[in-house]
Amino acid sequence: MRMRTMHEHGEAGNHELARDPLPPGHVHEEYALHVHDLWTGYPGQPPAIEEINFNVPAGEIVGLVGPNGAGKSTLFKSILGLIKPIRGEVHAFGKPVHEARADIAYMPQLEEVDWNFPVSVTDVVLMGRYRSARPFGRWTWTDREAAAEAIERVALTRFADRQAGELSGGQRRRVLMARAIARGAGLLLLDEPFAGLDAAVQHDLLEILDGLVQEGRSILLATHDLSCVASCSDDVVCLNRRVIAEGSPADVLTEEVLSRTFDRHLLTIGPLAAAAQGSPRGSLVFDEHNEGGGGT
Amino acid sequence: MTEIGDWLFDPYAFEFMRRALAVLLIVSVVGGVVGTYVVHKGLAFSGDALAHSTLAGVAIAFVNGANVSLGALIAAVATAIGIGWTQRQGRVSYDTAIGILFVAMFSLGILIISSRSSYTPDLFSFVFGNILGVSNSDLLGAALLGAGTLLFVLAFRRELTMVAYDPAMAATVGVPVRFFQYVLLVLIAVAVVVALKAIGIVLVNAILIVPAATASLLARQVQRIMLFAVVLAAVSSVVGLHISFHANVATSPAIVLVACALFAMTLVVTSRRRVVTAGS
Repeated sequence: MRMRTMHEHGEAGNHELARDPLPPGHVHEEYALHVHDLWTGYPGQPPAIEEINFNVPAGEIVGLVGPNGAGKSTLFKSILGLIKPIRGEVHAFGKPVHEARADIAYMPQLEEVDWNFPVSVTDVVLMGRYRSARPFGRWTWTDREAAAEAIERVALTRFADRQAGELSGGQRRRVLMARAIARGAGLLLLDEPFAGLDAAVQHDLLEILDGLVQEGRSILLATHDLSCVASCSDDVVCLNRRVIAEGSPADVLTEEVLSRTFDRHLLTIGPLAAAAQGSPRGSLVFDEHNEGGGGT
Repeated sequence: MTEIGDWLFDPYAFEFMRRALAVLLIVSVVGGVVGTYVVHKGLAFSGDALAHSTLAGVAIAFVNGANVSLGALIAAVATAIGIGWTQRQGRVSYDTAIGILFVAMFSLGILIISSRSSYTPDLFSFVFGNILGVSNSDLLGAALLGAGTLLFVLAFRRELTMVAYDPAMAATVGVPVRFFQYVLLVLIAVAVVVALKAIGIVLVNAILIVPAATASLLARQVQRIMLFAVVLAAVSSVVGLHISFHANVATSPAIVLVACALFAMTLVVTSRRRVVTAGS
């Protein structure tokens, strides 16, 4: 797949060059997620993200990369309807996103969850099965079976009755992943699923993601971990308030695009492209002669 | 054996003691259930503020000859909504907003009371609690508010837990998060009013916090913590009531001291158990 960049296509936006260009107003159902000309911001402030256009094709993993403050979490919240966009549209499976809520699962960052609140791992995963507010609602046996299956899938069965807050950081991420899986949704939005995980746990998580995609589910994952994105994503969207580039990892994860995305000169070693071709993960370092920042 | 029986049952030869026991059991159930959210969401200061804010409602109702408990309820619910609204604005810190609402409402209450030249013992029974002054209508009011609170928590326990644990995710699956965040504050306000006449403004927050905090040392899940908190609050209430009756001391501080003693004992026992577990 050829890389598409804002630079290459001017102010018209990259959506014109997305795969299988669509006529205006038409939303292709083959896309699990279709984001069109999305602008979002907070009252009294300039837009946090502007002119966002990209798609998540059904049955694919799309990685969303960008520096801190690039608007990744804001974009997620806009897609989920937690922040009202200034303008633009978001469709999931051909429907406006608020109508497709049951088919979207969200895994937030660890910091967004109150781990001190006393709930068990099973309680947390059952939350993924929630459908609508109604008095005296109960979890059904189907819900409980789906939760147990999801917990087993992330290898936490022996912790199922443990208080979620007692688990380690990696286990907590797996709990949230199980909750997203238990929802049974076609589209999973994962916010920084690899942060703070060691290589072995990352590997386990990547295998889980691979299994989900093989079931036909679609995934949009925001991450700082370029090597994970390179090895597991079908497509990558580079974001820094706008979409800097979109395309296959081999095309997008280049020194030039990453330097523009992260506003600094980056050197790739490994290289990332090799990881993108399916070889063991590459790695990425900041150019020592440039800004002297830490590695990613 | 007979002496113990007399110690236990003699007080209930008096109707006011039977009413006191009934209202304290209602307070224990509501306090234990709502207190679990107060402790685990760090809302202790909100509970204290809501308790003190009732003084304004009590004073206004008293001066105008209206139902004092209703005045307390309106003041507490209005303050709860005010706290929720101020929190949403995000322009001052949550603690600061609560602190300002708290002192404003409490000052208003003191101002109104001080404007009356005559001594107002009925008002002071709300400040320090007057378990023996609980009337049948007070008991009925507490029972109705308590039943309403319990039913609501039971009906929407999934939503309340989701909003407490992960509000962002809850919003994405269709839980009206803002509504339930306000409701939680209103539930605390109602729990405060249920306990107000028996325990008093000054100590009412203790009945929300102490049993739930003790229960949190013994259990790790919301429902079990609630259950333990209700039992601990009921034990504290009954023991405190008996101490008060036999030793002729004020009831609400006796109840709170028993609850605090149970907390201290539980803390020591569970700490030793953890040390043994860790060392084994």
